[in-house]
Amino acid sequence: MDILLLLVWIVILFIVVMLHVAYATYFERKIIGHMQVRLGPMRVGWHGLLQPIADGIKSFFKEDIIPENADRPIFLAAPIICLAAMLTSLAVLPFAKGWVLADIDIGLLFIFAMSSLASYGVVLAGWSSNSKYSFLGGMRSMAQVISYEISMGLSLVGVMLLSGSLNLSAIVEAQGDRFLGMYILPQCIGFFVFFVSMLAETNRVPFDLPEAETELVSGYCTEYSGMRYAIFFMAEYIGMMVMASIATICFLGGWHGPFPVPFFPPLWFVLKVYLFMFVFIWLRATLPRYRYDQLMGLGWKVLIPLALVNIVLTACLKAVFTLGG
Amino acid sequence: MFSQLFFGYCALMIIVSGLLAISLRNPVHCVLMVLVLFFHMAGLYLTLNAEFLVAVQIIVYAGAILVLYLFVLFLVNLREELHLTAFVPNAWLGRIIAVGLAVGLIATIPAFTLGEKGVWTVKAIAEATHTKALGQEMYTDCLLPFEIAGLILLVALIGGLVLARRDEGGGECGASDDPEPHGDHKEVCR
Repeated sequence: MDILLLLVWIVILFIVVMLHVAYATYFERKIIGHMQVRLGPMRVGWHGLLQPIADGIKSFFKEDIIPENADRPIFLAAPIICLAAMLTSLAVLPFAKGWVLADIDIGLLFIFAMSSLASYGVVLAGWSSNSKYSFLGGMRSMAQVISYEISMGLSLVGVMLLSGSLNLSAIVEAQGDRFLGMYILPQCIGFFVFFVSMLAETNRVPFDLPEAETELVSGYCTEYSGMRYAIFFMAEYIGMMVMASIATICFLGGWHGPFPVPFFPPLWFVLKVYLFMFVFIWLRATLPRYRYDQLMGLGWKVLIPLALVNIVLTACLKAVFTLGG
Repeated sequence: MFSQLFFGYCALMIIVSGLLAISLRNPVHCVLMVLVLFFHMAGLYLTLNAEFLVAVQIIVYAGAILVLYLFVLFLVNLREELHLTAFVPNAWLGRIIAVGLAVGLIATIPAFTLGEKGVWTVKAIAEATHTKALGQEMYTDCLLPFEIAGLILLVALIGGLVLARRDEGGGECGASDDPEPHGDHKEVCR
């Protein structure tokens, strides 16, 4: 019975997230359109509201082209690895008090593990397509993800130190529902490092080198078409959502808000996640792309030392305060 | 019952993927098999309630080390297979030796005796969470070995750095004499 109930929850979460992903693309096109003084999609439905549905149906019915010299099994599996890894990490996110599928003790580490697994999908897509643009895109993504995963992990150590737990619900509870309790204030260095690494980890502008259109056609997904191409997009948007949720949980106090909302407890959580999504899109409309050596220099020479300094500072301050108080 | 089935599945998959990893022709496929193997190792740790170890196994081994192997494979670009002269001339002789070794290893299993039970029973670990238990042990009772391991890793790190620097600087730059070659200096030398 319990398993059945869990399955129902999983299906509901899946549907909600998929709808969210579809409308996140709409959201992005509309915002970027208005920022560039265009209208964005307008034709399908009122102000283009049905555009994501039309896109989804179109990509389902398109021909699935597989290049002749591609490594077939890996070519077919790569987008699924990406999507599965991203969807799995949704299981540990607490959307509101008690609204979590798997309340495990190592929630934060689980998210890291799944995001590093998702990079395999990208790398293998690049390799198995047997095309130089895809391959270069895959290689770039690999180097980028390895370097920025370190700074992302280290930037959250401060949060772990303050809350004393790796369980995501416990981290939210540790921040309390006061405005000053949010970890963005004591962990401002950590938040800065996390925010930059979050952009790099999800391959977003200004770090979208793996799919740099002007240099690499479309990077690792150049050879993909139809549904498999759409799956890469879904994985990217779910990745954005997971990272935005982690930022919300670790730095903005999760589901806590100025006042509790009846009937729909995750309201504040969703609003905060959408704030981050908006910033993602805003950056995409505003910033130019980094050069590859600048990207590596920023990751290794600025972010990782900053994150290490943050850990030492946080640990020292916490020791002083616990001894004094 | 369920945990025994899970153990059996993980053990079987570890053996199968391990065999495939050394017998497949394409090196990238081999690395992928090793990835599958690491995942099932993580599954085995899960049956032992070692959650922290599971996460670290996937983050470090699958997420970092294996990706580096892939990187090397891609950069080396193996066009043709390497053929080494066999150490043992006859393949069957080698197989017999391998089976003999396996029998020897299995024969020593009955000699294995359980050690004494420590403070951390399964119940105690479940209560304190695995991460906390591991951290407490590591930073109190096992502090010295932990620090020594850290020092050895640091030495390896510096060694790697020195090797990489020397290759980059080239002969006439004298990078090996200069402890801290400057970035712009190297650019001029190239």
